[in-house]
Amino acid sequence: MGIALQLLFTGLGVGSIYALVALGFVLIYRATNVVNFAQGDFAMLGAFSMVVLCIDLGWPYWLGIVLTIITMALFGALFNLGVYYPLRHRTFLPVIISTIGASILLENGVLAAYGPRPQSLPGVFASQGFSIGPVFFDSQYLTILAVTVFGVALQYLFFERTLLGKKLQAVSQDKEMASLLGIPVAFMIALTFVYSATLGGLAGILVAPILFVSVQMGASIALKAFAASIIGGFGDVTGAIVGGLALGVIETFGAAYISVPYKDGFAFLVLFVFLLIRPQGIFGERVAEKA
Amino acid sequence: MPTRRLGGAIVFVAAAAATIAVPLVHPMPAYSLNLLMQASTYAIAVFGLTIVLGYTGQINLAQAAFFGIGAYCVALGTTTFALPFWIALALGIVLAGVAGAALGLTTLRLGGHYLAMVTISFQTILSLVLTNWIPVTRGPDGISGIKRPTVAGYALTDSGVYLALCFAALWIVGFFVWRLGHTRLGRHMQAVRDNELAAGVVGVDTYRTKVIAFTLSSVLGGFGGGLFASGFSYISPDQFSFAESVVFLTMALLGGVRSPFGTALGTALLILLPEWLRFLKVVYLAVYGAAVILIMVFMPEGIWGFAAGLVRRVRGAPTEPAASVPPLPLTTRTAQSDGTTLLRVSKISKHFGGLKAVDEVDLEVRRNEVHALIGPNGSGKSTLLNVLSGLYVLSGGEIRLEGEAIGALPPHERAARGLGRTFQNIRLFTAMSVLDNVIVGAERPGNPVEPGSSARDLARAALGFVGLADRAQRSVTSLSYGHQRRVEIARALAGNPRLLLLDEPGAGLNHVEKDDLVALLKRLKGHGLTILIIDHDMNLVEKVADHITVLNFGRRIADGAPGEVLRHPDVIAAYLGEVKDRAAA
Repeated sequence: MGIALQLLFTGLGVGSIYALVALGFVLIYRATNVVNFAQGDFAMLGAFSMVVLCIDLGWPYWLGIVLTIITMALFGALFNLGVYYPLRHRTFLPVIISTIGASILLENGVLAAYGPRPQSLPGVFASQGFSIGPVFFDSQYLTILAVTVFGVALQYLFFERTLLGKKLQAVSQDKEMASLLGIPVAFMIALTFVYSATLGGLAGILVAPILFVSVQMGASIALKAFAASIIGGFGDVTGAIVGGLALGVIETFGAAYISVPYKDGFAFLVLFVFLLIRPQGIFGERVAEKA
Repeated sequence: MPTRRLGGAIVFVAAAAATIAVPLVHPMPAYSLNLLMQASTYAIAVFGLTIVLGYTGQINLAQAAFFGIGAYCVALGTTTFALPFWIALALGIVLAGVAGAALGLTTLRLGGHYLAMVTISFQTILSLVLTNWIPVTRGPDGISGIKRPTVAGYALTDSGVYLALCFAALWIVGFFVWRLGHTRLGRHMQAVRDNELAAGVVGVDTYRTKVIAFTLSSVLGGFGGGLFASGFSYISPDQFSFAESVVFLTMALLGGVRSPFGTALGTALLILLPEWLRFLKVVYLAVYGAAVILIMVFMPEGIWGFAAGLVRRVRGAPTEPAASVPPLPLTTRTAQSDGTTLLRVSKISKHFGGLKAVDEVDLEVRRNEVHALIGPNGSGKSTLLNVLSGLYVLSGGEIRLEGEAIGALPPHERAARGLGRTFQNIRLFTAMSVLDNVIVGAERPGNPVEPGSSARDLARAALGFVGLADRAQRSVTSLSYGHQRRVEIARALAGNPRLLLLDEPGAGLNHVEKDDLVALLKRLKGHGLTILIIDHDMNLVEKVADHITVLNFGRRIADGAPGEVLRHPDVIAAYLGEVKDRAAA
C-alpha cells in the first residue's frame, strides 16, 4: 500500500508535466487547427535557459525563472512568425511538417551550441522533501503539482472572465466570424503561441531538476503529452489535464510492476487502445465535416 | 501523344539500363558503393511515401519502422534462421505489409493528427522492441554477417553487382509507382487527398483507398529495408528510429512528394548533402531542420513540383481541340416509363443534438422530372441533401432509390447506385486536371459505360456537354468560378446518374453565367435526366422546375406544381413574413 501511494504521488507529479505541455498543444490546436510538434522543444529550451542562467552564469534562481519566462514568451512570438504565419492559409499537413522541421532545428541548434553532455539543475527548494507515513513527498514533485493546479486555475479565470480570453476563444472557434467582429485574428494567434511557449518553458523549468537536461528531453515529453491530449479528448482543456495525469500514473505503475525498459511504450499502448475503443477520448465529441 | 509516349519510354528504359550497367562494368571505391546502395534502398522506401503522402495525402511518420521490419527479417532470416535471402526478403515484405494494413485498418477512419500520432506510437514501440528484446533482436549491438542473395546459382557477394540489383529494383518500383498515379486506383487516391468528402460522393471508397495506400507504402518500406540490410551486412536499432522516419519524410518533401521522380531526387540529395556539407559539422542537422521549414514555405511541392510548375508556365496552358468530342450518351437509359417514382423519402429526420434540422420530411421525386427544393435560410435544404447523399447519418426515416433502401449506405455505395451530386461550395479535386476530375466521376462503380468507349471518352463527352471540352487539360484552379461549377456538374454527369442532386448551382454566379446555367439545366431536362435542385433564385427555379417542395424550420410546408406552390400563403409567409406582423410593426 505504501509503495502504491508513493507511485501514485510520483505518477501525478510526472503527469502534471505532461498536462502542462498538453495544455500548450491544445491551445495552439484550438487557435490554429494545427498540432505543434515543437511543443516539447519549448520545454527543452526553458530547461537549457535555466542551466545557462543559473549554473553557467551563476545568477540567482528566481532571476533565472523570470528571465526564462520572458525569453520563452519572446521565442513564442518568433516561432509564430517564422514557422506558422507564412503557412497560415495552407492545409494542416505543411504546417505539421514545418513544426517538425522547427523541432529538428531547435534540438540540433542547442546541440551545436551546448554539446551532447546532459546537464543537471538543482530544485527550487533546498530541502529534499518530507515523509508522511510510508510516503515520501519530494519537494520538486510538490512544486510541479502546485504550479500546475495554480496555472490551470489561472488559465480558467483568464479564458472565462477576461475580454482578452473571450476574444481568444472566439478566434479558436471561428476565425472568419471573429475577424468580422473586429478581433485582430493574427495577433490573437501570435498571443496563443506566446502563451504556449511560456507554458512549455515553465514545464521545462519544473522538470529540469527531475530529469537530466538534454536536447532530447523535449521530444519524449511532447509525444506523451500529445498522447495524453488524445486520450483526454483532443482539443479539450480538461481532457488534456486528466489525460496527462492519467498517463503519468499509468506509466509510473507500469514501470514499477511490469517492465522498466518498456516504460516509454506504455503511453503509446494506452493510446492505441483508446483510438480503437474511444477515438474521441474521454471528454471529446465526435465532429463531422460540414458539406 | 503516342510518339511522345514512345519517346518517353525509350528514354526511361535507356536511363534504367545505363544506371544498372555502370556498377557492373565500372569498378567503384567501396565508399561510393555504400552511398549509392544507401540511396537506392532508401529511395524504394521513400517511394512508399509518394503513394501514401503524395498521392493519398495521409501522413506516415513510421516509414523507418517498416523499413526496419524488412531489414530485421532479412538479417535474422539469413543469420539466425539460415533461410535463403529471397524467402527472408519475402517474409519481410509480407510482415511489413501486414503491420501496415493492421495499422491502417484500425486508424485510417480517423486521419489527420491521429494518424500522425498513431504512426509515431508504432514507430516508438517498434524501436523499444528492437532495442530491448535482446534474445531475438540482439538488442543495441545489432546483427552482423547478413547474407547476400544468390541469383541463378551466382552469389552476389560483389558489391558492384549487388548495387546493380538495387538499381534494377529502384527503377522497377519507380515505374510502378509512377504508373499507379495514372490508374483508376491512383486517381482515387488523389481524389481522397484533394477532397475526401467529394471523393466519397463520386463513388470512391475512401477508407479502402487509404488502407490500400498505407499497405502499399509499408510494403515498399519493407522491401527497401530488406535490400538495405543485405547490402550493408550489419544493422542496429538506431538505424530505424523516429529520427530516420523524419529523414524519409524530408527526402520525399524536398524532392517533391507527388512524383516518384521528385522522391528519388530528394533521397539522392539528402544522402549526398551530408557529404557536401561536411564543413558545417555539428550545425548540419540544424541547417537541415531550417531547410524543411523553408521548403514548406517557399517550395511546398518540392524541387520537382517547383520545376514542373516552371515548365508548365513556359509552355502555357494546354488546350484540346473540341472537334473530336463524342456526344454524351445521357438519353440511352432514361427513356423508361415516365412519371413513376424514382426517389421516395419517408419521414426522414436529422437531429444535431437538440436541433431538428430536418424533421420527418416526406419527398417524392418522379422520373424525368426536375424537382426543386426551396425554403428560407436554415430551413434544412442542404442538410436534407447531405442526408440523401450519405454525408450525414440519418436520425430516422427511410430513403428508397428505385425501391431499394439506401438510407444506411455510405456515400460511395449510393454513388454506385446512381446518385450524383454537386456542392454549394464547390468541391473539386484541386490538384488534378479538369479531365482527371471528370474521369473520377466517369469511373464510378456501376457506371454503365458502353462497350468500346472508355471512362476517358465519357469524361470528354461530359466536358463537351457543359461546353468545356477545350479546357480538359487545364488545372481546375485556373478556371473561373462559373467554369468550376460546370466542371463539378460534368463530374456528376460523367457518372450517368439516375438522380442528380444540385446544391445551389446558381450561388455566386453573375447573371450571364446564370442564363448559361438555366440553358444547361433545360438541356439536361430535355434529355430526360431526373434532377433534385436546391436554389434561392426563384427566377431560376420557376424556369426549370416541374415540381416544388418547400421546407421551413426542417418541416415540409408545401408541395406541388410551381404555380400553386409559389402562391401558397404559408410559402409567402415563410419568405416575406406574416402580413399581420408587418402591419403591427
